[in-house]
Amino acid sequence: MLKFITAVLTSLTTGSIYALMSTALVLVWRSTRVINFAQAGQAVLTTYIGYEVIVRSGSYWVGLIMAIVAGAVIGAAIDRFFMRPIFKRITTGPIVMIAPVVATLGLLGIVQAIIGFKWGLTYQTIAAPVSTDGYRIFGSVIAFSPFNLMVLVCVTITMLLLTLLFQKTNLGLALRASAHSPEIAKLSGIKVDGIRTLGWALAGAAGGLAGMLFVPSTYLYPNAMDVLLVFGFIAAVIGGLDSLFGAVAGAMVLGFAINFTTSYVSSRLVFPTAFIILILVLLIKPAGIFSNKKGRRD
Amino acid sequence: MSLIVENLTIDHGAIRAISNVSFTVPQGELAAIIGANGAGKTTLLRTLSGLKESESGSATWNGKSILGKRAEDLARSGIMHVSDGKSVIAELTVKENLALAGLWRKDKKDVVKATDEVVELFPILGQRMTQLAGSLSGGERQMLAISRALVARPKLLLLDEPSLGLAPLIVEQIFQTIKSLVTKMDLTVLLVEQNAMGALKIADEGVVLNLGSVVAADSAQNLLNDPAVRSAYLGF
Amino acid sequence: MHNFSATKKRLLLFILFGWLLLLVGDRVGELRQYQGSFVAMYTLAIASIILLTGYSGQLSLGHSALMAVGAYAGALSTNNAHLHPVIALIIATFVAGLFGLILGFGVARLSGPYLAGTTLALAVSLPSLANQFPILGGEQGVAFDVGAPPARFGEDFSQYKWFFWISSLAALIMIWLIANLLSSKYGRSFRAMRDNQVAAQLTGINTGRLKVTAFTISAGMAGLAGGLLVMLISGVSPSAFPLSLSFSLLTGAVVTGVYSLKGVMLGGLVLVAIPEIADSVVNRIGGSEGFTATLPGFLVSALLIAAVLFAPNGPGQLLKKKH
Repeated sequence: MLKFITAVLTSLTTGSIYALMSTALVLVWRSTRVINFAQAGQAVLTTYIGYEVIVRSGSYWVGLIMAIVAGAVIGAAIDRFFMRPIFKRITTGPIVMIAPVVATLGLLGIVQAIIGFKWGLTYQTIAAPVSTDGYRIFGSVIAFSPFNLMVLVCVTITMLLLTLLFQKTNLGLALRASAHSPEIAKLSGIKVDGIRTLGWALAGAAGGLAGMLFVPSTYLYPNAMDVLLVFGFIAAVIGGLDSLFGAVAGAMVLGFAINFTTSYVSSRLVFPTAFIILILVLLIKPAGIFSNKKGRRD
Repeated sequence: MSLIVENLTIDHGAIRAISNVSFTVPQGELAAIIGANGAGKTTLLRTLSGLKESESGSATWNGKSILGKRAEDLARSGIMHVSDGKSVIAELTVKENLALAGLWRKDKKDVVKATDEVVELFPILGQRMTQLAGSLSGGERQMLAISRALVARPKLLLLDEPSLGLAPLIVEQIFQTIKSLVTKMDLTVLLVEQNAMGALKIADEGVVLNLGSVVAADSAQNLLNDPAVRSAYLGF
Repeated sequence: MHNFSATKKRLLLFILFGWLLLLVGDRVGELRQYQGSFVAMYTLAIASIILLTGYSGQLSLGHSALMAVGAYAGALSTNNAHLHPVIALIIATFVAGLFGLILGFGVARLSGPYLAGTTLALAVSLPSLANQFPILGGEQGVAFDVGAPPARFGEDFSQYKWFFWISSLAALIMIWLIANLLSSKYGRSFRAMRDNQVAAQLTGINTGRLKVTAFTISAGMAGLAGGLLVMLISGVSPSAFPLSLSFSLLTGAVVTGVYSLKGVMLGGLVLVAIPEIADSVVNRIGGSEGFTATLPGFLVSALLIAAVLFAPNGPGQLLKKKH
């Protein structure tokens, strides 16, 4: 029973971190129709920035806020000064279909290399602001700590704020309209380019938060977020790639699948489990299990 | 305040879609551009609303050039384009669709007032406010598309095939509403239609487009009575 | 008959080029022979990307994993089953091709972003699997030894020259086969599908099957390249196939011009040259350990971005502009 409760709690925690990453990918996908592979690089970069701020200020919380702000600024800058010129420049030839995604891959490499230049390839650590010792239940320690609880709370608050933004504000309406139909949004007088940049900024901020919540449980190095990018992508696909709710729900599905496999079968099967889930979803319900749209095949 | 198009030429990919087209729509009038499928009507409207670039020629509204401007800036300056295919966002509610064109307007009171006015114009929309636009019928979507444009308080309305795919009764209703808008909302309207008969009946002016060129331009009444136009474009 | 003569001409061209390569191989030192083997291996791997992306319009980030599949298959064939190295390389090709076929049924029909993401997931997750099956040797991996060159080539015939011969011949034969395929009606179908999928379907092309075919062949080519790679580094381990290998291959393909097989060797040369250039830069200006280790990756990515921005349709595009 205790094992089960622990598995549920850790599933929620890891699922919530995947959810931040899948949300970041979905936000960019909705605004630009590109899977932003550079998101892994962006999130690591902002976490290094958070790390530097923590070293200087001594406060995790200041570092957290700076990482989120940096994530938003970097995300917006990438769209404005990198992606937009690429879309403007490349308009003909079969390369049009792959150029944007290839560009995000190139960017991922550049960002990770810059991190290597600046911080080297050694592993750094960020100390958690609250205890990482597991809670004690009936005299035995479980694998769920105050820090895990904090992660859960932070992500829940973030998701609530995002939902409010999207559903209750004018900006949210503009974001949704631009995602579903950029042309009609433009014809209605909405500055779609700016809204798109905002989508990238929100995604960058979510990635910044993801890094700061993920790294205290592991290490910080240039490729620290690669695996999270893959899990975030799988979660986003489970959720249908277009829906923010789906991104979170897909992340939870993946979180539970992975943690229960680890607890009850073997931690060796984490990747195969995730990959099999991805393939199954793509084969059976390519539009995602939380979507009622048509398939994703051409 | 009139729309003046002079020697406008537009390419669509490798094809010349509009070649050397000129016409004028005086303020407060309703002009209809008629012509068969492929005559270049939609391309012309997309260029006037900033969605497409032109090759040469000029187009001015209120004395200012409107070519090469961004669609969203033209929309904010009072030129609203209701594109074809029932241009509503299916994933948003009726209310949200209407709100889109008022998001950027400073005068929020007038946005509310304009929204009330369009609901008065199309009462059915009032009953559907919280439904997704995707659940509306074809006619209701067209009403919503026009209404959304009106919420922005436009001066010039560009309408692309509002009758497309609608039942005759609904077409009649929509055409009559468009006609009434001109005076009620102080509008200038450029209406592009394949339904030449219906369009010319409500229009003041008419322009006949064929393969990208103007083949006739006159008052709508004269065009309706012109035997050549009748046989070629009205089908009787 | 016209077609026949074109095929014949191509065969002659490949034989001539192969002859030239072997002549050059005779006249350069061991380091260059070794690098030449890498050029051949990379060229083959890049050709597999060009076939997939350039001709059938699918973007794969998982070719490092497909190479790993071929590499393990080849290594196990020599190391455990004691088969002849040439047989091992053929097995590498077919096993990877079979893997690609099975995978292709699942993913090849997916549209762009889904295929890219799924193959990325494969590239990240497959190498980590290798640690978990004892037969694959964990982090140590499995040795792959092609053995010394046959005695009849004489005592002067070095191991590196032997590597160079095997790599070059394998790459030449494979690329020759693919070039023939692409000039056949298959090639025309591929291009039709890439340029306009709907139109291709309307002309009766079964695009689904064609995509799986392309994925299978491409995987087989990658598998052979993987086999060659572990021959050159004399053993296979998970760390030989990082995600960055996939990125490098993509860079090589884009730099070469992803829509033509013609200049494919350029991509192989670039990938071998980049670490050299990085080394000489470090030697000249010095730098931290992080700088040294990261510079090649930086150059690859910078080149990828530059190629997409300035010559998205290949270097031929730059030349044409000058006219």
